Amino acid sequence: MNDAILSTRALTKRFGGLVAVSDVSLDLHVGEVHVVIGPNGAGKSTLTNLLSGDLPPSSGQVMFEGRDIAGCSSDHISRLGIGRSYQKTNIFLPFTVFENCRLAAQSRTPHAMRVFHRAEGYAEVNRRAEEAMEAAGLTHRSGRVAATLSHGEQRQLEIAMCLATQPRVLLLDEPLAGMGPHESQRMVELIKKLTADHAIMLIEHDMDAVFALAHRLTVMVNGEVLESGTPEAVRSSPAVQAAYLGGEEMLHE
Amino acid sequence: MKSSRLASFLPYLAVGLLALFPLVDTSFYLQLLTKVLIMAIFAMSLDLLVGYTGLVSFGHAAYFGLAGYALALMAPKYETVSLWWTLPASIGVCALFALITGMLVLRTRGIYFIMVTLAFAQMLFFVFHDTKLGGGSDGVYIYAKPTMQFGETVLLNLEKLENFYWLVLVLAAGSYLLLRRILGSSFGRALLGIKVNEHRMRALGFPVFKYQLASFTLAGSLAGLSGYMAAVQYGFVNPEILSWHQSGAVLMMVILGGMGTLYGSVVGAFAFVLLQEVLSNQAWFGIAAKHWQLAMGIFIMLVALYMPQGLAGLAQKFRKPQQESADE
Repeated sequence: MNDAILSTRALTKRFGGLVAVSDVSLDLHVGEVHVVIGPNGAGKSTLTNLLSGDLPPSSGQVMFEGRDIAGCSSDHISRLGIGRSYQKTNIFLPFTVFENCRLAAQSRTPHAMRVFHRAEGYAEVNRRAEEAMEAAGLTHRSGRVAATLSHGEQRQLEIAMCLATQPRVLLLDEPLAGMGPHESQRMVELIKKLTADHAIMLIEHDMDAVFALAHRLTVMVNGEVLESGTPEAVRSSPAVQAAYLGGEEMLHE
Repeated sequence: MKSSRLASFLPYLAVGLLALFPLVDTSFYLQLLTKVLIMAIFAMSLDLLVGYTGLVSFGHAAYFGLAGYALALMAPKYETVSLWWTLPASIGVCALFALITGMLVLRTRGIYFIMVTLAFAQMLFFVFHDTKLGGGSDGVYIYAKPTMQFGETVLLNLEKLENFYWLVLVLAAGSYLLLRRILGSSFGRALLGIKVNEHRMRALGFPVFKYQLASFTLAGSLAGLSGYMAAVQYGFVNPEILSWHQSGAVLMMVILGGMGTLYGSVVGAFAFVLLQEVLSNQAWFGIAAKHWQLAMGIFIMLVALYMPQGLAGLAQKFRKPQQESADE
């Protein structure tokens, strides 16, 4: 089990009396998509925030390549190679698509603090920004201001920015939220392509996408892991079926 | 295309014309213009924080005033002192003070940042106001202008008004070019990113605090440059130059001119200083001249209401239609 690139052990987050994430242990492997599902308020986004450093855990471990990174700042964790996208689109609205990606790529350069050299003058940074746009299918929107993009395109940009930082672990928080069927399909294809050389944690409600992508499936309810395993095993688990009630048919589809 | 080339040429034209001003007048108006340019440096330094890093400081006069006091305390009473070391030393004091205060104030955001920067400036104000260090509330005189000479050769005699004016003009133009250069660099882009979406910058791996601290220190240093020049021009310093009125005035210049444009701060400094001069002119406004702040306040409210982008927004309004048609 130690070949996991990112793993949590007994990870817990309390907000006052509320336990948002309770005793969660899971592993992410390169080449696998680990999908986390669960009803609203199950603690999925909080879990993502704990892994990305947006929130410090109350207790437990987050191991990245054998080192405990629990409590590290989000910029530090990002530089280690863990990138994330947000459930609510979180981009630089007044900047062009290219500048959004260029800025993301710039964060990986040692000379980001250089003050006299023009920002666009780094071929390596530009190349990475363009590759990220290409991967997310946004090349034709390069010069557009991000605020003028469609919702689906903004979601794609969210992923492109994440890719431009060249992470090895991707934490994707509902990348398909609010997307049309065509756009969703493209995003699923993109995630499939990224799986080969990334470890991916995906939070998603769209069950078609979940079962199309998942190598490993974790169901969370009330901050706790209800069931975790291969999609087939989770699907046939009585506990999951009981918890999901109305969702039962959905899981059997 | 044509209009953008004209726009990039405009600053050089402005500097060229300003350089010729001593041919027009070498007394009152030249001094007024010198003051405008000094305030322009001050306003640009604040725009770096407010307009490009998203940090609204209400205590920027602290660095302006501190440099003036640094010069006054370094200058012996009846002798001249060299600009070569007093200027870097004064700026250095400001940079250090900005670095230290920055480490503390940058832990706060929004309204708290405004309050904490104000608090630090007020602390400094009372240090000089209530102690004998800088002559208390009366301040200190700087009897002679600093010298600029190599050995025995005098490079520039600052006692002559036009020489001092040219020096300030070069420093203002230099500050503008320096800031433009910095803002166009990776560092500058990161600052702008922090202004727009600090949270996302952090998630992308940028050490936001370090960038903000660098920006805060640079802004404090440039404010120090302008404060040093102001102290040289007036020949004295008193606690007023550290007061919150001064911090408010420079903030108004930035807002009046248009935040986040840099040249807007220069325009704002011109507008503010000249307007102050006009509105407080007793020959024109009689009794009302005494209460020039009232008229200034109304003017700034009108600008805030009808020109939220400031005076710089006016220029952009004229330029925009042409740019859009060029994009098609």
